[in-house]
Amino acid sequence: MSLAVDIAQPLGRFDLAVAFEAPGGITALFGRSGTGKTTVINAVAGLLRPRTGRIAICGETLLDTAAGIDLPAHRRRLGYVFQDGRLFPHLSVRQNLTFGARFAPRGAKGPSLEEVCDLLGIDDLLERRPGALSGGEHQRVAIGRALLSRPRMLLMDEPLAALDAPRKEEILPHLERLRDHTAIPILYVSHSVAEVARLATYVVVLESGRVARAGPAERVLSDPATVRQLGLREAGSILPASVARHHDDGLTELDVTGGRLFLPRMDRPEGTQTRVRVLAHDVILARERPAGLSALNILPGVVLTIREGSGPGVIVQMQCGEDRLLARITRRSAEAMKLAPGVRVHAVIKSVSIARTDVGAG
Amino acid sequence: MTGWLGVQEWQAVALSLKVSLWATALSLPLGILIAYALARWQFRGKQVLNGLVHLPLILPPVVTGYLLLLTFGRRGPVGAWLEEVFGLVLAFRWTGAVLAASIMAFPLMVRAIRLAIEAVDPRLEQAAATLGASRPWVFATVTLPLILPGLIAGALLAFAKAMGEFGATITFVSNIPGQTQTLPSAIYTFLQVPGGEASALRLVLVSVAVAMAALVASELLARRAARRVAGA
Repeated sequence: MSLAVDIAQPLGRFDLAVAFEAPGGITALFGRSGTGKTTVINAVAGLLRPRTGRIAICGETLLDTAAGIDLPAHRRRLGYVFQDGRLFPHLSVRQNLTFGARFAPRGAKGPSLEEVCDLLGIDDLLERRPGALSGGEHQRVAIGRALLSRPRMLLMDEPLAALDAPRKEEILPHLERLRDHTAIPILYVSHSVAEVARLATYVVVLESGRVARAGPAERVLSDPATVRQLGLREAGSILPASVARHHDDGLTELDVTGGRLFLPRMDRPEGTQTRVRVLAHDVILARERPAGLSALNILPGVVLTIREGSGPGVIVQMQCGEDRLLARITRRSAEAMKLAPGVRVHAVIKSVSIARTDVGAG
Repeated sequence: MTGWLGVQEWQAVALSLKVSLWATALSLPLGILIAYALARWQFRGKQVLNGLVHLPLILPPVVTGYLLLLTFGRRGPVGAWLEEVFGLVLAFRWTGAVLAASIMAFPLMVRAIRLAIEAVDPRLEQAAATLGASRPWVFATVTLPLILPGLIAGALLAFAKAMGEFGATITFVSNIPGQTQTLPSAIYTFLQVPGGEASALRLVLVSVAVAMAALVASELLARRAARRVAGA
């Protein structure tokens, strides 16, 4: 299951020219506002016809301007979750959810109403009207409605952007379950690094209408070259991890390829695959393994690259096991430590940095 | 009722109700189509169509009636064809009164429905399309239910206008008691004859009652529809 996009469309400030392939899982289309993300997702959905280009899903052409093919939106079978939900106000939640089912081709596979309600926790809302739903409930129903139309792929345009932090936290676990328990691929537009780091398996970074970076989430997010697009504050890497053991002192031990990490207790059974996010400004580097330090999480690694910016800081990328970690330190420190590619270092991760909310359950 | 109203008065009331109901019912589908086209489609001649629809609102009704007579009269191009092909005669028949009332009420109906369609968020229709609904399905399942309050208001306006239509009707189908004498024509006639004031007054009371009943009914229907649309 993969989506192939190659489109060009003049926009106000620049000409959009975007080409990428989205494999299964959650592909994040990431970029600041005004970089053309929504234009791309609307072109995929068939709500906007780009001037030139091709869009294909699983080998079936949805759009080919050269060949004169432009499948209308209602025949593309892509479930779209809009930023503003767009539930039908004149229908009950149940009627909204089942709206797309009658248009789905006979024999199209997908979860049942019961399964979707269970997955999204919306059983109790079925007889309500959209006007009586909270923002978070509204978005969950919108996701369920798109799922129940039996789409080949889900398109999500900043589905959490209009929600406050607690509502986001309410929905994120459902999106993770969607990613992990259904085979349906998702194209996820977002400008939030935290969301992308938590959800995405593959990342396409857009900048001024061009694809700046594309690749597996771990690679793209831990690439110093991406720091500019992500912003210094949000720069960081994600490490796949598995829950190794729960300790009696309230800590959970996680295995990562470069060593082990201790986190405040996670409510996850041992053996669960998960991912942790380590922000670059939460990593301290040391040449020797530090002793007599309160930090619990120290991973050995080898410096890969050092990227200098215009300010006093540098971004150091290092290899830790099979993963890559980013550290943001001052240029002065980098020079004093004689850091260079190939130098062995120890990354001291301030334990607060692996915050519970940044841990994606997988 | 017939005891209180004279035969001629009763006939005028019944005819006006019949003509207005038919006029409203028959022009509704076309009214929705044209309102939708004016609200949503871009096409050449859109302003011309808009002007044509609104013309009866601006023209003196007598002029509209005379134009109807020229076009739909038994010797008019359309009138002759209708009679030849369908055996349908409009001039000086109650069916002609339906046509005159429809045309005079049409601008009001289209206006109300167009406003309702313009108030529908096109993004909801887009959402329906992404869920697999084709254009006709989107209209039937999303647009139509959402414009229902406006549709009811438009239909009521058209009905009220048809009940009161006088100039075009009397010009096109004349004022034949029992055949083409509508309520306004009857009031006018009674006012022309000595001692007719009592009949005219009774018809005025009926007019007021019908208008009030229609207003209350549409208010209730529109409120119920609006509650559904509000989604509370």
